[in-house]
Amino acid sequence: MLTDDDRRMLDGAEGPAVAAAMDLLVRYAEALDAERFCSVRNVAGTATQPSPLKARLVAEGGWDRAFSVINLDSDETHEIPPMAVPTCQLQQGFGADAAAVAPYPAQFVELQADAETFYGRRGVSILATCTPYQVGNLPVRGEHCAWMESSAVVYANSVLGARTNCEGTASTGAASLTGRVPCWGNHHDAHRRGTHLVRVDTPVGGFLDWGLLGYFTGDVVQEARPVVTGDLALPDLTDLKHFGAAAASSGGVEVYHVPGVTPEAPTADAAFGGTIPADAVVYGAAERAATYARLNDQGTSTDVDFVLLGCPHASLDQIRDVARLLDGRRLHDGTSLWIMAPRALAAVAERSGYTATIEAAGAKVLTDSCPAMSRLAPPGTRVFATDSAKQAHYLPAILGIEAWFGTTEECVRAAVTGRWSGELR
Amino acid sequence: MTATVGTVLRGRTVVPGVVTGEALVSPETISGWGGIDPATGTIVEARHALQGVCFAGRILVFPGAKGSSGWSAFFQSCRLLGTAPLGMVFTVTTTKAALGAVVTRVPALADLDADPVQVLRTGDRIRLDATAGTVELLARAGEHRAGEGT
Repeated sequence: MLTDDDRRMLDGAEGPAVAAAMDLLVRYAEALDAERFCSVRNVAGTATQPSPLKARLVAEGGWDRAFSVINLDSDETHEIPPMAVPTCQLQQGFGADAAAVAPYPAQFVELQADAETFYGRRGVSILATCTPYQVGNLPVRGEHCAWMESSAVVYANSVLGARTNCEGTASTGAASLTGRVPCWGNHHDAHRRGTHLVRVDTPVGGFLDWGLLGYFTGDVVQEARPVVTGDLALPDLTDLKHFGAAAASSGGVEVYHVPGVTPEAPTADAAFGGTIPADAVVYGAAERAATYARLNDQGTSTDVDFVLLGCPHASLDQIRDVARLLDGRRLHDGTSLWIMAPRALAAVAERSGYTATIEAAGAKVLTDSCPAMSRLAPPGTRVFATDSAKQAHYLPAILGIEAWFGTTEECVRAAVTGRWSGELR
Repeated sequence: MTATVGTVLRGRTVVPGVVTGEALVSPETISGWGGIDPATGTIVEARHALQGVCFAGRILVFPGAKGSSGWSAFFQSCRLLGTAPLGMVFTVTTTKAALGAVVTRVPALADLDADPVQVLRTGDRIRLDATAGTVELLARAGEHRAGEGT
């Protein structure tokens, strides 16, 4: 059911680009059987990331054409007006700061810089990170959003209590010009309550263990909504960032609850809306070991060429920890270490001296992108190591390389020695 | 259920339209980003049951969408590059699959009264009337009528 304002936009009262955006949203709402739209004031999407198809569209009709075709799903080229609601750019390709390090095409660096200028003028904040919640886009509890990027969606819903479905390139594009998105799924109370009880019977604390638990949980519940209880140390931002990203990689988790920690779960009862399931999924020492083994079944050679940290993009704590671990050491000849971070946090890391320590060891703090998004690694990489369950899940398939998964400390040791020596403790 | 020629499944319209063609049935969910190659219309996910199989011009029958929120953009690219499937029939509705079908702009049906992945087989000739909300089995795989070629 369209409101009068929805109808006005659809009928072209705010111009053809907005009308095209509403047309896409109406088709999308019909595809979902959504009865109405939610008003959103917070959009996280993607318009700048280069691709061969986008380069062709820009050559044909500039960024107006690329946004019309890809972000509004329109056949016509419309002049793109300023964003109607606050909108940010998620992670994208590599920028000029990575030119000497990442083998990324120079014409893409140039295309993306051009895109940043175009979209910045229309009010898109170029956060250029998969973790907008770390650098100034922090929706409040109950705020309806239109976000994409599965790791950001699960963080916004679960840790912040904001409400967003896992949107796509076209629905976020259309939402940015209209402030509307179909009111479906995670926007409704009933679709946010827990469905599965996960009982943790082995101690879980720290970055590695929260990632393992997330990878296990996503595999078991797939798209459902787990409520995680038991032997849990109080997680911090980086732990929950890792847990959600892992659960959204092995499965499609968009909402989870940790009673006593996350905002919609003061208690397990509240997380389930009253009825706790009789049967729990149990995560014990055996499940922990099996999950670790699964993430490490993609490596045979212990000669590590490349270490990747910061997936999802690193917090300041993570960058500082890596600087401490690298202080006074040198990377093994022939092994690279990159830590991916939001550019805003990279600026603080530099100011705090962390980056100088990391670079003195021969490692790099890089921004904007990641090896999986940009489909690249240092030339000649055959074996990589990471502390991220998500990157270990995706990168071997994308680049055809072997993977090791372990603690941040084990990854840094591999970068210094050139050899993998991780084990589950 | 046992399907025979003439069997009709009923479902919910995702994108209206009518097409007749060959079914390609995926026993597993499909990834967009990292799972398909829009340049060739092929499933590329390692260890996927349909790795290396082309869906262009066939009616893709699958349990649902998984993985990254780039799902819809990858299928939209298939349309723009001329490698899109002819239609989509899927078991479970998610925002990824629904938006993906919308921007691929092909007839699409979901939430059927029987699981299409169990009922249909790759190579079946089917008529997808997503406007009316039906999929009809016209011919079983390998059981073509005389004169229809191999």
